[in-house]
Amino acid sequence: MEIFLQQVVSGLATGGIYGSLALSLVMIYQATDVVNFAQGEMAMFSTYLAWSLMNHGLSYWLAFALTVTVAFVGGLAIQRLIMRPVENAPILTIVIVTLGLLVIFNSVAGWIYSYIIQPFPSPFPTTAIRVGSVVFGPHDLGAIGVTLVLLILLYAFFRFTSLGLAMRAAAQNPASSRLVGIRVGWMLALGWGLAALVGAVAGMMVAPVIFLEPNMMSGILIYAFASATLGGFTSPGGAVLGGFLVGVIENLAGTYISFIGTDLKLTVALVLIILVLLVKPSGLFGRAVVRRV
Amino acid sequence: MNSEISETVEAASAGEVAARVSAPPRVTPRAWEVAGLLALIAGACLLPFELSGFRLFQFTQVFVYAIALLGLNILTGYNGQISLGHGAFYGIGAYTAAIMIDRWGVPYGWTVPVAGVLCLVVGFLFGLPALRLEGLYLALATFALALSVPQILKHFDGWTGGSQGIVLSRPAAPLGLPLTADQWLYFLSLGVLLVLFMLGWNLLRGRTGRALVAIRDNPIAAEAMGVNAALYKSLAFGVSAAYTGVAGALSALAIAFVAPDTFNVFLSITFLVGIVIGGLASISGPIFGALFIQFVPNYAQDISKAAPWAIYGIFLIVFMYVMPYGVSGFLRLAWRRLTRATAGTRPK
Repeated sequence: MEIFLQQVVSGLATGGIYGSLALSLVMIYQATDVVNFAQGEMAMFSTYLAWSLMNHGLSYWLAFALTVTVAFVGGLAIQRLIMRPVENAPILTIVIVTLGLLVIFNSVAGWIYSYIIQPFPSPFPTTAIRVGSVVFGPHDLGAIGVTLVLLILLYAFFRFTSLGLAMRAAAQNPASSRLVGIRVGWMLALGWGLAALVGAVAGMMVAPVIFLEPNMMSGILIYAFASATLGGFTSPGGAVLGGFLVGVIENLAGTYISFIGTDLKLTVALVLIILVLLVKPSGLFGRAVVRRV
Repeated sequence: MNSEISETVEAASAGEVAARVSAPPRVTPRAWEVAGLLALIAGACLLPFELSGFRLFQFTQVFVYAIALLGLNILTGYNGQISLGHGAFYGIGAYTAAIMIDRWGVPYGWTVPVAGVLCLVVGFLFGLPALRLEGLYLALATFALALSVPQILKHFDGWTGGSQGIVLSRPAAPLGLPLTADQWLYFLSLGVLLVLFMLGWNLLRGRTGRALVAIRDNPIAAEAMGVNAALYKSLAFGVSAAYTGVAGALSALAIAFVAPDTFNVFLSITFLVGIVIGGLASISGPIFGALFIQFVPNYAQDISKAAPWAIYGIFLIVFMYVMPYGVSGFLRLAWRRLTRATAGTRPK
């Protein structure tokens, strides 16, 4: 039982990380109907930025605030400058452009910061918290907390502000939104900016656990995709919950099914996701998109 | 009946003009087109006597990639089902060849068709559940397939040799032909490429091709016209996987080595890049795409040793800006403009 609880807890911890990157994927998908393959690398790059700011003597939270701001502006700029020329191109063309961004970010990060693995500080205390015999890592708890706070903030933004309403309208019906005076192009850019911001936070939360290096996000991105799919690409809350589920399932399967061990963990998580999709093709919490024919 | 279907197809694609590439080629080959094609093939046959071993190997690899890309194009370009998992079928094909040769001592010639048939079956079976998924979710499901194949290959190390892989010996030219192993593999791949492209062209320009495109453009209208969407979609999956499996088997012969990590997710993504760069829903697209994925990474390395992939990424983005419909789409457009310009000046 103790092992079970411990595995669930550490599954939740990694799941929080998957969930936060999944959240940023869902953000862009909802705003622009595009799956951004460069999301993980953008997050990695932001994390490097925070790292070099701290190396220049800035405090953690100052570096954090600066990085988040730069990430937001950077995401906005990428949409305006790079994605816009292919806005009306076929969807696969747009996907290839985001793949191009992925390799550029990865390669430039390796070029500037080298491929040496760097430690990244955690803002949370280091002493472990014990409840009975189950150990909670304070950083894990902090990361989960940050993810949940982000989710609540985003929910409030989209639900209660007029800007959030305008963004939702622009994503759902661009033509009508334009008619009522919403600047659809800028709403899309704002979506990219917000997603980059969420990604930057995810990057800074994950870096203390898996360390900083240019390829740190490739594995996480895969799980984030899986989480977003499981929860439903149309539901931000579902994506975060999907992240927790993937983290826990992966850990439990690895511990209890001896055939699986550590080398087939990923496969099991993916098989489960496919099974869920077969029963509920739009994810656990997603809604089916109905189109007029 | 057939002409009615093709009209629907055209109406459907006219509605979505820019979003899709035009209907499959229904042109009858003209004399000069055939001549041009024969000249190209003749040129390809002369190449191995001009190039050194490594360059020749690169072109062999281009042919192998082109076969895989045609397979993916049948599924994604013509049928509109996005697959991020074709690296898996490529890997299954390669391992089929390697295991047959190394473990069972089967002559290598048999491995290529067997890999094709095996992948046809696997692809068809995978296509059945995939019927419920579309667009993004299908892409994710196939992505999962691509991810799990290297892990599964490593798990069954009794057959696959685990992460060490399997080393093969390169086949020598049969019947005492005066060719080196490199040259023989080149001609073998070229031959398979030509046969499969002929088959693919025949499949796609006729009734089947129209059905596939109709399903892509408007599944409901296609079903209303009597197209069995479920059957055609899973068949497209099977045929597509078979092409990619054959390519995988050929690559195992050409490289003479298979290892699980070669068939990773990035291979699948590279294939997708190849068909989009080459041009979706075109027969010539896979060739251009294969040239791109084989040579551009090397070229990027020549430009910048420090950050070659950044250069590659810039190439990708610039290509997509300049040719959003891929190389073959670009050529088609340029050709149309050119002929229209001359037709306009011609006196009636």
